[in-house]
Amino acid sequence: MKPAAFGYLTPRTREEAIEVLSRYAGDAKVLAGGQSLVPLLNFRLTSFRYLVDINRIPDLDYIRSEQGYLAIGALARHRSVEQSAEAARECPLLPEALQFVGHPVIRQRGTVCGSIAHADPSAELPALLTALGGSVVLEGSSGRRVADAEEYFLGYLMTAQQPDELLVEARFPKLPNGSGFAFEELARRHGDFAIVGVACAALPDGSVRLGVCGANSVPFRPLKAETAAAQGDLQEAGRLAAADSDPDSDLHATAEYRRAMVSKLVERAVRHALERKEGNARG
Amino acid sequence: MKAPRLELHMRVNGRAVALEIEPRELLIDVLRNRLGLTGTKKSCDVEVCGACTVLVDGKTVSSCTYLAFECEGRDVQTIEGLADGETLHPIQQAFVDHQGLQCGFCTPGMIMATKALLDENPDPSVPEIKAYMRGNICRCTGYHAIVTSIQHAARETARS
Ligand SMILES: Cc1cc2nc3c(=O)[nH]c(=O)nc-3n(C[C@H](O)[C@H](O)[C@H](O)COP(=O)(O)OP(=O)(O)OC[C@H]3O[C@@H](n4cnc5c(N)ncnc54)[C@H](O)[C@@H]3O)c2cc1C
Repeated sequence: MKPAAFGYLTPRTREEAIEVLSRYAGDAKVLAGGQSLVPLLNFRLTSFRYLVDINRIPDLDYIRSEQGYLAIGALARHRSVEQSAEAARECPLLPEALQFVGHPVIRQRGTVCGSIAHADPSAELPALLTALGGSVVLEGSSGRRVADAEEYFLGYLMTAQQPDELLVEARFPKLPNGSGFAFEELARRHGDFAIVGVACAALPDGSVRLGVCGANSVPFRPLKAETAAAQGDLQEAGRLAAADSDPDSDLHATAEYRRAMVSKLVERAVRHALERKEGNARG
Repeated sequence: MKAPRLELHMRVNGRAVALEIEPRELLIDVLRNRLGLTGTKKSCDVEVCGACTVLVDGKTVSSCTYLAFECEGRDVQTIEGLADGETLHPIQQAFVDHQGLQCGFCTPGMIMATKALLDENPDPSVPEIKAYMRGNICRCTGYHAIVTSIQHAARETARS
């Protein structure tokens, strides 16, 4: 059989899930959509003693509009968020970015929170969460806490989540009316993980927010580039974002190429977001 | 490690099935090796090819990366469950009529994905078909005929 052996636990409540996660701390793994975890199991790139399948916990599957942010529960699938009217209205950059995540079968199963918890530096949603200054809600044996995206992502597949913690909700700040937004990505084939991806929101107050994936061990906000973009200097924004990236070379692209693509995609994302913002202003 | 075995209950193509499984068993292996339903094909093992697509509670899943126990209490549909005796399902018939297959390896996955597409969107446009079928790869490169088959399947399904 492909995966190494493990025990299968099916908690029915969050409390039960947290209880087993803390009992087997470090030796238990959460299963949400399984779209990242099961391929890793099949390759035996990961193994653990207990699998904690959270799919039978009823109150984690939600998309809610809250004061200032869109709340996505741990079991909301990519595809439900992609098709959600709330998401389209309150944070349209989210469904736009989801178009770049895998293909529909993967999105049918994979969860937004799972993608964030997995923390692949090439993944779209962590970059988006970082760009917008979003956060995650973590629940563990010592209680509930909210962690900002920038403190949550620590490195390649590494987060500030403790082994006994469950990521129960991701919070994506709403885009105010009159914002422009864009997600630009370079990938080998549509649906592959990004070689480089850029999320951009141009806000009505004139500020611009950017998030970059695939160019660092964590998704990041190129702050100097945001300032240049807000001043309308798109080329300079691209150059500054490239200077702030620290990509690795791999099979898919050299570090140099990735940096050049950060520059191009930032320029393109900002232009596209500003155009849409203007379009919105004209109504 | 020896993990306790699990008692799995599910419906497969409308029939109740109860099996004892190991927690690490994948749905594709249970379907093919335990239930003899070899219509579901095994290929990439990492959900990039779509050959193993089946429906669980009416939704597409890649059975190669779906733990069998995730199906506990759920309803599974495979290619074997589509035809009504000797009468092919309209989607199957459309693939036959419009040469939507060459070697046939990707076909069960293509047809199950088409079923889910048409259940959700009975009258898809060509771009919608192409977007939905992105996770199903045909290495004979018969995509043109596959898209045509799906369009005809949509018409036939709407009629019946
Ligand atoms: C062919 C292919 C292409 C893909 N392309 C892309 C792509 O382009 N972009 C992209 O972003 N993703 C892509 N993915 C991954 C997909 O988006 C996954 O769905 C996602 O990364 C993980 O979500 P999941 O719910 O499936 O999590 P799982 O696979 O179940 O879990 C992933 C990890 O997160 C942990 N975890 C999950 N949920 C929680 C939680 N609530 N609390 C604590 N820990 C948790 C798990 O323990 C595990 O370590 C692709 C996958 C495949 C197979």
